[in-house]
Amino acid sequence: MVTNDMVEIRWHGRGGQGAKMACMLLADVAGLEGKFVQGFPEYGPERMGAPITAYNRISEKRCTIHSNIYYPDYVVVVDESLLDSVDVTGGLKEDGAIIINTPYSPQEMRIRLPGWTGKVCTVDARRISEEILGSNFPNIPMLGAVVQVSGVLDTERFLADIEESFENKFASRPQLIQGNMATLKKSLEEVQIG
Amino acid sequence: MSHRLSGNEAIAYAMKQIDPDVMGAFPITPSTEIPEYFAQYVANGEVNTEYVAVESEHSSMSVCIAAQAAGARAVCATSSCGLALMYELLYVAASCRLPISLVCVNRALSGPININHDYSDSMGGRDSGWIQIYAENNQEAYDNFIMAMPIGEHPNVRLPVMTCMDGFITSHAVENIELLETDVVRRFIGEYNPEHYLLKKENPLAVGPYDLSPYYMEHKVMQAEAMKAAKVRILEVAAKFEKISGRCYGLFEEYRMEDAELALVLMGSTAGTAKAAVDKLREDGVKAGLVKTRVFRPFPGQELARALAGTRAVAVMDKSEGFSANGGPLFAETRSALYDLKERPYLIDIVYGLGGRDVKVEDIEKVFGRLADIAVTGEIGPLYTHMGQRSKGGDR
Repeated sequence: MVTNDMVEIRWHGRGGQGAKMACMLLADVAGLEGKFVQGFPEYGPERMGAPITAYNRISEKRCTIHSNIYYPDYVVVVDESLLDSVDVTGGLKEDGAIIINTPYSPQEMRIRLPGWTGKVCTVDARRISEEILGSNFPNIPMLGAVVQVSGVLDTERFLADIEESFENKFASRPQLIQGNMATLKKSLEEVQIG
Repeated sequence: MSHRLSGNEAIAYAMKQIDPDVMGAFPITPSTEIPEYFAQYVANGEVNTEYVAVESEHSSMSVCIAAQAAGARAVCATSSCGLALMYELLYVAASCRLPISLVCVNRALSGPININHDYSDSMGGRDSGWIQIYAENNQEAYDNFIMAMPIGEHPNVRLPVMTCMDGFITSHAVENIELLETDVVRRFIGEYNPEHYLLKKENPLAVGPYDLSPYYMEHKVMQAEAMKAAKVRILEVAAKFEKISGRCYGLFEEYRMEDAELALVLMGSTAGTAKAAVDKLREDGVKAGLVKTRVFRPFPGQELARALAGTRAVAVMDKSEGFSANGGPLFAETRSALYDLKERPYLIDIVYGLGGRDVKVEDIEKVFGRLADIAVTGEIGPLYTHMGQRSKGGDR
């Protein structure tokens, strides 16, 4: 649990994986719970599979800063293959954590993060998504993992509020709501903190 | 009502609340979401707007001109190359005195091609006769758009209004926002009852005919007078808007300027980042402040000169190059405005953030550091520099 006035989260994903959507959902739910929020993507060339970054600021007072986040409290890696090409722990605060979508354990992942001595958290978001939804949508399980690890929102309240948010988002496809809720809950249970 | 929306969502929602007669719709990044979201409102029957999907921005502005000339309210949204393709029509809209509402989601203008934010698109239209109002965040974009029609449609003004917000930084960022109730917005906007219009059967008009030199100049002077009148009207509308929203707007915003010795003049989302830098410096006892330009056309020169009169050193920050070889467009206006002051502050221009290059709180602190040196030594150094420039000469 971070007790700063502001929690900053940086998402690393690939175009098409829904990292931006998860980032926006987190902003929406945190805002619903009375926080001041920012959720914004950083775009390079727009194409499927290209590395993308997205950012969240969640605070008690309105934040007027509109730069990218260089010293995040938490980093979420939605695609494990980015570890080879992106400096994902760059600027990550020592008392923060990195949360990676991978079938491996935190101990196994730590060797792939030279120079990083802080917390490493892992969750097999791909397997969770494939088991429950039948296809690979890792973003929502990763959202559950970052809420669990960061403690930025109360978990029970988060689940209730996001269900409401899903009802709006998936108004035309209500069959997606229960599946996504299940992936969230599964991820909250399974995330390993190391 | 409290909500969380991106800048584009906020504008589309404001358009829904206003329910304009006509939208000329054509997509271009990063403004594309505005006609997209609005199309859903049209499809759901939530608005009565005639949604005209056209084949180019030249045509979307032409649709707006034709509709507004016929006596209807017309809106559209664009960015960058889209605004450039409207260029000829911007002048037609303004000179025909048609109070169209355009949202410009600012994006760098080619080339090389780039989708991110700077003001090179709308700065190209600064002499077109449009009112230009810039927003720091989603809230201001929403508020400015709701004020656009009452400003532009006033009989003393009758000018088109460009509501500008930063591409991606504002348009695609979800933040908290306070929305007005729709009936409050409708009452605030009122009915559009132009005195003259194309389809008025008692007094049919020709719109946009050839103008000979014996009259042309008179018409241009009337346009110029309307732009002067707009300054008064913008403040009247802001005062009325404060009554319904509690949010106060001027021609520009002065942030911690009461005793400021070192000041910035800048616009858009960077003003928010710069406010954090000012707060930090104030904690260290530095008398820092900033002026956020909100209304760029008409340019509030005298008011700005008064706001800066007590300062010792000022940096104008331009997020467009301008290629004048003498500083960016905001610098040119600010420097001209300060000419009549008896005691002028030292003044420099810093061009920054072109093509979306990010600007951090520390970058702004460095600018204040340079101003502090200038205030002490009286040496301004190079008049106009590029922030974070990596080529020969390095970072100044």
